[in-house]
Amino acid sequence: MFGSGVFKGLGVTLKEFLATYVDDIKQIPSRYAGGKEEIDQTDVGEQRGLFTIQYPEEHRKLPERFRYIPMLLYETNAETGEKEDRCTACGICAKVCPPQCIWIVRDKDENGKPITRPAEFYIDTTICMNCGLCAEFCPFDAIKMNHDFEIAAYQRMPHLIFDLDELRVPVSYYQRIRPSDYAAEEAARLAKEAEKAAAKPAEKPARPAAPAAAAAAPAAVVTDAPAAEAPAAAGAKRTPEEIERLKAEAAARRAAKAEGGGEAVTAAPAAPPPPTGAGAQRTPEEIERLKAEAAARRAAKAAGEAPPPAAAAPVPPPPPPAPEPPAAPPAAVTGVGAKRSPEEIERLKAEAAARRAAKAAGDEQK
Amino acid sequence: MTAPIETMTQDLPYGGVLPGAVLETTKNGLVVAPDRIVELARYLRDHEGYDYCSMVTSVDWPQYFEVVYYLYGVAQPKDALVLRVRLADKDNPSMPSLTPIWPGADFQEREVYDMMGIRFEGHPNLRRILLWDGFEGYPLRKDYKESYYEEDTKPLKSRHPDGHHAWAEDRVPWKDNITYPVAWDPDLWRSPQVEYRRIMGVDDLKHGTSDIHTERILVNMGPQHPSTHGVFRMIIAIEGENVVGLEPEMGYLHRCHEKIGERNTYVMNIPFTDRLDYISSMSNNLGYVLAVEKLMGLQPPERAEYLRIIMAEFTRIVSHFIAVGFLFNDLGAYFTPALYGMRERELILDLFEAVSGSRMMCNYMRFGGVAGDLTDGWIERARELVWNRLPRVLEDFENLLSGNEIFLARTRGVGVLTAQEAIAYSMAGPMLRASGVPYDLRKVAPYSIYDRFEFDVCSRPEGDVWARFRVRMDEMYQSLRILKQAIEQLPEGPIMPPGKKQHQVRVPAGEAYSRIEGPKGELGFFVVSDGKANPYRYHVRAPTFINLTSLEKMSLGHKIADAVVVLGAVDIVLGEVDR
Repeated sequence: MFGSGVFKGLGVTLKEFLATYVDDIKQIPSRYAGGKEEIDQTDVGEQRGLFTIQYPEEHRKLPERFRYIPMLLYETNAETGEKEDRCTACGICAKVCPPQCIWIVRDKDENGKPITRPAEFYIDTTICMNCGLCAEFCPFDAIKMNHDFEIAAYQRMPHLIFDLDELRVPVSYYQRIRPSDYAAEEAARLAKEAEKAAAKPAEKPARPAAPAAAAAAPAAVVTDAPAAEAPAAAGAKRTPEEIERLKAEAAARRAAKAEGGGEAVTAAPAAPPPPTGAGAQRTPEEIERLKAEAAARRAAKAAGEAPPPAAAAPVPPPPPPAPEPPAAPPAAVTGVGAKRSPEEIERLKAEAAARRAAKAAGDEQK
Repeated sequence: MTAPIETMTQDLPYGGVLPGAVLETTKNGLVVAPDRIVELARYLRDHEGYDYCSMVTSVDWPQYFEVVYYLYGVAQPKDALVLRVRLADKDNPSMPSLTPIWPGADFQEREVYDMMGIRFEGHPNLRRILLWDGFEGYPLRKDYKESYYEEDTKPLKSRHPDGHHAWAEDRVPWKDNITYPVAWDPDLWRSPQVEYRRIMGVDDLKHGTSDIHTERILVNMGPQHPSTHGVFRMIIAIEGENVVGLEPEMGYLHRCHEKIGERNTYVMNIPFTDRLDYISSMSNNLGYVLAVEKLMGLQPPERAEYLRIIMAEFTRIVSHFIAVGFLFNDLGAYFTPALYGMRERELILDLFEAVSGSRMMCNYMRFGGVAGDLTDGWIERARELVWNRLPRVLEDFENLLSGNEIFLARTRGVGVLTAQEAIAYSMAGPMLRASGVPYDLRKVAPYSIYDRFEFDVCSRPEGDVWARFRVRMDEMYQSLRILKQAIEQLPEGPIMPPGKKQHQVRVPAGEAYSRIEGPKGELGFFVVSDGKANPYRYHVRAPTFINLTSLEKMSLGHKIADAVVVLGAVDIVLGEVDR
């Protein structure tokens, strides 16, 4: 009969429609009512209706290998309580990164000799493509993919450039989100250690973090990072003043380089960026504070605690004002962030246009 | 430096019929004189059975541009014959177009012109295809520097060991990283106008037999989602409601995939292939790693081969669910079938996520194996899907869609391509098989371990939209058949060849083209290596891009509403079309 195909199809939709309710009735009280937090949807073979998850009230249970932004693992030294990054600043992650979103500065000791730990470590999460190659090729199991995908922010700068503090998580966090990977890695490492110990009984284990002990009782050795500790984490190796000084020096270096390269920047010292203006105009103190807050939030999350209320949020000591480097013109400081004032941009544009015109005129004369 | 391919000048073939046409021979092809290529191509098509021009691309060598044609026989399956044309005039490269011989070369030659600046004399519509018409320069030439250019190849030196973060925007806008044409004045500049009426010959066409004269008008469909497939634009010339001309415009999603691919190292390209046809990233991974493995001479372990097949066939089911669902979306059934398909896709994506860490951008295949082994419980979930759930859902789909009279009325006899036309236009995949050509690379030229599985090649003789729907539905059953065998036979063992994982693989100099039967058609990866860490040339034969070549042919004579359905049945994904 003509039209029977249409009705047959409508029967299917009716069945689906009813099945959705059957599912709901089976789950009385409805899981939406209580706000069940994590829904495990791995066994849906028999489910017939829709399986929408009411985000953000509900979350899907993420598979262990879920990957988002990379994170850096640290272990806490049992004696001194210092955080020791597993990262050795070897740079393989930066080399293998397809969009090249990882920047690493290797740390130096007092004599200026490079040592195997990062002084700075940036991941530009606006570029990161979540591919996981950095974690896959890291020889020290230091960089791993985080599960935390809720990193939305109002501004790219500074919120979405993760620095060392924001990237650091304790090993225990990694152990919690990816237990089987962690177990496999620890087993492999223990086997290696045993092999080494058998071969050279006198040699000390290479890593001071005593991985064998960490594997035996990780919770006892590796304490979760208290939220308040995070902002001060930078001080673990360097004083804030020192970091500020290094940053300023780096800015000066960059400025000097820029002066040699482009005339557009040479003129810049005449026009220091006004403190007000477009959204990118934040004082360095403010940026530091925002970063510290973000780091604290992330640390709290990593430690599995609820984010501290805003009032109780650790207010970091106001960073000492960056010493104005004599060689650094104000424009150099702007080079770090996207802090060009509209006027400056207009001026640069005009200059560029003038250059182009001059060039075009020159070409015509030729 | 010249092409790393051995050539010989003895025993030149076709010397008897076309003396002087072939300059040299290579292992699988010929180096042809540019002025004789049309004759040779016609001879090859008419007398040697090379009826299918699969891929056209070009390589920028220091001494010459090389245009490469990959030919196959489809009506009578024949292995590849590669025609190379070397154009020594690098300032003004030009050669005759082969579009009159193989219409399927149309878009591909336009792409070569667009990206490499090689003129094809006699091409009916030689203008830019992926980039906009006012674009200056030819991006795939080796001397081209894109904006935000830092270095020729990754890894970039500024990242380590002293790499402070810097915004790309801070590096660029008004510095020396952007070039303007000499004497370019923004005030005097006018955006280029494309004369569609002239290109499409709208006013030259004879009016119909009817006495009533109707003005022919151009209708822009798109670029905002003409049928929810992505940003694609069709300029349709209509007379009344009838389509009398159609010009596709694409490139809105062009992301310099191939240029990025040349900057990247080999490993870095794997996650980028995910972003081609983002519905079926596993297949894209597979095609790319097969091409590089061909160069490296790697053989993956057994378990990895099976895992690859399992993932690729799951991907085919995902892609066909989407294709069928959105075909109905285009027909006005709105989201019911599309969402039913999407829902089953979610379950398969759950499996992908469990094993690779990501639902869509899987980045799962590696040179010589796969990135990760199956997790606990994975195989049970896959079994549940393959043996119980998906067959049930497919039955529901049949009940819901196959018998629907409205659907049949809208699709039977619409957008017909005969077998000869489909081959001439280089159609691939379900498009080709729906025109009665049972050509499936998994059977014709089995790659990986497809020769171990029992399955049928699905084909329909009708060549219309309905046949394309039917072929896709049937292929899902066949994919389930393959999955059942693969899951049953899945061996234990390693998933990567022995040895430490290398982030910097050594790829010997050479050239490789691997093609796989992707869900949407023949997906090819053309990789040229000069022995360094980065590919010298990296080209993707995108099946949906080439399938669009016949869009005008299929739509002519139908109503304008049918043009949407015809487009829906091509099953394009703009990430792959525009690259």
